[in-house]
Amino acid sequence: MNKKLRILIAKPGLDGHDRGAKYVARALKDAGYEVIYTGIRQSPEAIAQTAIQEDVDFVGLSLLSGAHNELFPRVVQLLREKQASDIIVFGGGVIPESDMPFLKEQGIAAIFTPGTSIAAIIEFIEANRPRVSH
Amino acid sequence: MKDLTQQILNGDIRSIARAISIVENNAPLKEPLLDELYPFCGKAMIWGITGAPGAGKSTLLDRIIAAEREQQRRVAVIAVDPTSPFTGGAILGDRLRMQRHALDSGVFIRSMASRGYLGGIAGATRDVIKVFDAAGYDLIIIETIGVGQSEVEVVSLADMILLVLVPGLGDEIQALKAGIMEIGDIFIINKKDREGAVKLKTEVEYVLRFKNESSAPPNPVIMTAATLNEGIAEVIAAAEQYFQYLTDSGQLEQRRRQRLRQEFYDIVLTKIQQVVENHYNLTQKVERLVELVVEHHEKPYALIEKHLNSILKEIEQR
Amino acid sequence: MPKSTELIKKQQQWENSTLKKVLDRNPERKAEFTTGSWLPAERVALPRITTDEEYLNKLGFPGEYPFTRGVQATMYRGRFWTMRQYAGFGTAEESNSRYKYLLSQGQTGLSIAFDLPTQIGYDSDDARSLGEVGKVGVAIDTLKDMEILFDGIPLDKVSTSMTINAPAAILLAMYLAVAEKQGVSKGQLNGTIQNDILKEYIARGTYIFPPKPSLRLITNIFEYCSREVPKWNTISISGYHIREAGSTAIQEVAFTLADGIAYVQAALNAGLDLDSFADRLSFFFNAHNDLLEEVAKFRAARRMWAKIMKEKFGATNPKTMMLRFHTQTAGSTLTAQQPDNNIVRVTIQTLAAVFGGTQSLHTNSRDEALALPSEESVRIALRTQQIVAYESGVTNTVDPLAGSYYVEDLTDKIEAGVWQYLEQIEKLGGMVAAIETGFIQKEIQEAAYRYQQEIENGQRIVVGVNQFVIPEEPPSHLLKVDAELQRIQIAKLAKVKSERNQEAVKQKLAAIRQAALSPDQNLMPPILDAVREYATLGEICNVLRDVFGEYQESIVL
Ligand SMILES: Nc1nc2c(ncn2[C@@H]2O[C@H](COP(=O)(O)OP(=O)(O)OP(=O)(O)O)[C@@H](O)[C@H]2O)c(=O)[nH]1
Ligand SMILES: [Mg+2]
Repeated sequence: MNKKLRILIAKPGLDGHDRGAKYVARALKDAGYEVIYTGIRQSPEAIAQTAIQEDVDFVGLSLLSGAHNELFPRVVQLLREKQASDIIVFGGGVIPESDMPFLKEQGIAAIFTPGTSIAAIIEFIEANRPRVSH
Repeated sequence: MKDLTQQILNGDIRSIARAISIVENNAPLKEPLLDELYPFCGKAMIWGITGAPGAGKSTLLDRIIAAEREQQRRVAVIAVDPTSPFTGGAILGDRLRMQRHALDSGVFIRSMASRGYLGGIAGATRDVIKVFDAAGYDLIIIETIGVGQSEVEVVSLADMILLVLVPGLGDEIQALKAGIMEIGDIFIINKKDREGAVKLKTEVEYVLRFKNESSAPPNPVIMTAATLNEGIAEVIAAAEQYFQYLTDSGQLEQRRRQRLRQEFYDIVLTKIQQVVENHYNLTQKVERLVELVVEHHEKPYALIEKHLNSILKEIEQR
Repeated sequence: MPKSTELIKKQQQWENSTLKKVLDRNPERKAEFTTGSWLPAERVALPRITTDEEYLNKLGFPGEYPFTRGVQATMYRGRFWTMRQYAGFGTAEESNSRYKYLLSQGQTGLSIAFDLPTQIGYDSDDARSLGEVGKVGVAIDTLKDMEILFDGIPLDKVSTSMTINAPAAILLAMYLAVAEKQGVSKGQLNGTIQNDILKEYIARGTYIFPPKPSLRLITNIFEYCSREVPKWNTISISGYHIREAGSTAIQEVAFTLADGIAYVQAALNAGLDLDSFADRLSFFFNAHNDLLEEVAKFRAARRMWAKIMKEKFGATNPKTMMLRFHTQTAGSTLTAQQPDNNIVRVTIQTLAAVFGGTQSLHTNSRDEALALPSEESVRIALRTQQIVAYESGVTNTVDPLAGSYYVEDLTDKIEAGVWQYLEQIEKLGGMVAAIETGFIQKEIQEAAYRYQQEIENGQRIVVGVNQFVIPEEPPSHLLKVDAELQRIQIAKLAKVKSERNQEAVKQKLAAIRQAALSPDQNLMPPILDAVREYATLGEICNVLRDVFGEYQESIVL
């Protein structure tokens, strides 16, 4: 039997546009995952701590304000500091192509921009299943 | 594993979280780990909080956590949400209301989906409680929606149950009749800022008159407005007092013993079920029995009686 | 309203002969046709309004009750709508020069975008502001920033709209203080603050305080402005963000009008006289893709608000019954793919707003789905409005789509759907209660989920996204906010703090606390006193947080 994957969907930063985050959360639930949703305005520290307490396999970050270069890497860094670098972090939102190399380099495993289908996110998660199923 | 145990006893967050996953996934490590932790269990106070969807359980918990933290108590929360029977997925949203405690190292919140655990969600929750207990949390609170039988089983893992009711749902009185009142120790009328709270309180007190024996102190009925942080101190005072009563009267001991009894039943039965499933191809055999009943008009009880002995024998031989 | 029986008979004949023959040979593209918000779209609409009496009841004349055809008698034959591009980013200096540029290009009003820390009441040096300073708008910490923002812009000559909600009182106070320094009297000031907290709880997320004290702040502003700043639009009740969150057209109107009702009620409860504030209420709607449905939406909203004000609140002054509104084209319809297509979308949405009789309009820039709009994109967006205004000819007559069988049908359908929601909300105990229980959010989310699912499964075509896709190079020339900016803004703040009169700031903050603690006091005067002394936005909000507490999101998934 496949291990139940647990995914944290979190909104760092201050923007309140949670349409995308909520859609992804619900669509992932419908795809059979266990989804933990934190609501808006979460600090990177709170997100990292939540990811660890909930022992999730993935963290999905959604941000539309443009603060991704500061906040996404911070979450990855905090997870590393807490010996939880096995948790895979992905992101979504209004993110210009030019920022992607930087974010990848900082340990964000994938970036989904507006217009990405949920199928692409699921494909990404399933492709990484072997990495998290230990 | 010794390492993991030690880390849990030290209160290491990551290790506790991992141990809970081991329990949730029914990993091979589960049983030896829990046995190692067992000697360190029994110190925590365990509350259950239940009530209709949206009654304000999580909001109340957020306030209760804040108040308990002022007393320096370490608090762990197990928030159980239902798994979708259609997709197997779940959205675990209780945590959101308590999220301001995320950075408090004395608070651990864990969301659990009801899944299709072997031994039921109650079995898994019981084991998660042990992990928290061993890790030194003073107060462990289980949140679950008070609807089905399995939820009632979950919340019955607590030493003491807080039942949350709200005015205006219409079905409250039904709940009172349906016997959910039986399991409550502390009754919270939340959303007292809404119309009908006082009336509901009167009704609840009326119903409780029939429940209480004369010797016991009456079950506290307290009005709160969780969003406004009103009535929380009263809830905590009443809960502590009632807990003291449960302790002094020996009921706590009784409840814990009853729980242990139940646990053993559950484990033994689960084990047997597991053995049956692992060593005896039940699905296939049942299929054959169905065929016999349908095609050959055999009688179910007689048929099973006939086969039971052979089943047991077959298991024994393996 | 029933169509004439003769017509119905003829229609049936047509259906059984001409139509049937065609359908037998060539079925339609889809089994069912609906509007963008799932209202049934009639194959061929027929007249609904058949008598003069019906006409007068439902439509009337522009500038008269029920205002279906518009709030002014001559509409765009008199004056075009205000072309108002929402802008702001980085520091006050940068935004100031963008405003001057826009004014020089023929824009007729300013619309200020604030960054998120400002909108949520945090100073730029707050830890929570990390990465957010100057990102989605301009960073304002103290009066100093506001002075720079409007430097060289005469406040008696422009009308200024500020997208600010939870701390609206503070930003308004800063604006008044800048005017003071420019020697402009409060009576001359023209503009709008969004000041609509209820939709923040529902859809936009920049709330600070719980509903009760938030409503108090709002009524304080109503009261203060009716005395001191009579031409100011004290609130812009916004459906825009509700629609952006994924609502239907009906939900957009229903929840916006319900918010409006809640504000009027709160002001009346606070003892204000209806006529003293109600004519300063304004609205803000979304212009989405389904052109005709949107036109119907605007017309229905206007007709309904007039009725609500007249019948529910007993308004007698026609001005208080008029629903005046700003419109923004729907940001959520912009695609990151083939961004130039967005110019076309925006054009359609502009037409919707203009056919719908808007008082002012912001048109989105084509690259907004990717990043902050470049100057060139902003110009094209503004030009779109100008082309519709000056070249298309649709402005030559008032309410040009009135009498379109289909549009009138949709107008009625939307109105019916909205009344249904309003009744439901009333039953739940009003809008605040409906929000607190999560009912509103849940309704919107269902619609948003359905909409997105339709895109996922290809039922809803988005050109360039799920059809007509081409391989694309990542876009270049995107404007980005300098990461250095936060540091610069923090340094500026530190300087202001070191130069101000600390003792005075302390006193003024204490006065705000006192006023906050006594519910009968108006908070505007002490806030104005404090900003004059360069108390920071964060300092003032913290005092209020202390007294009022903070709102906690009520999630529904
Ligand atoms: N008016 C009022 N609303 C409240 C009160 N307490 C909670 N709520 C609101 O009730 C809704 C549900 O609150 P939750 O705390 O999520 O309720 P819950 O019982 O945990 O809900 P589930 O876990 O989904 O069953 C939220 O919108 C809260 O803001 C209260 O005292 N008064
Ligand atoms: Mg809950």
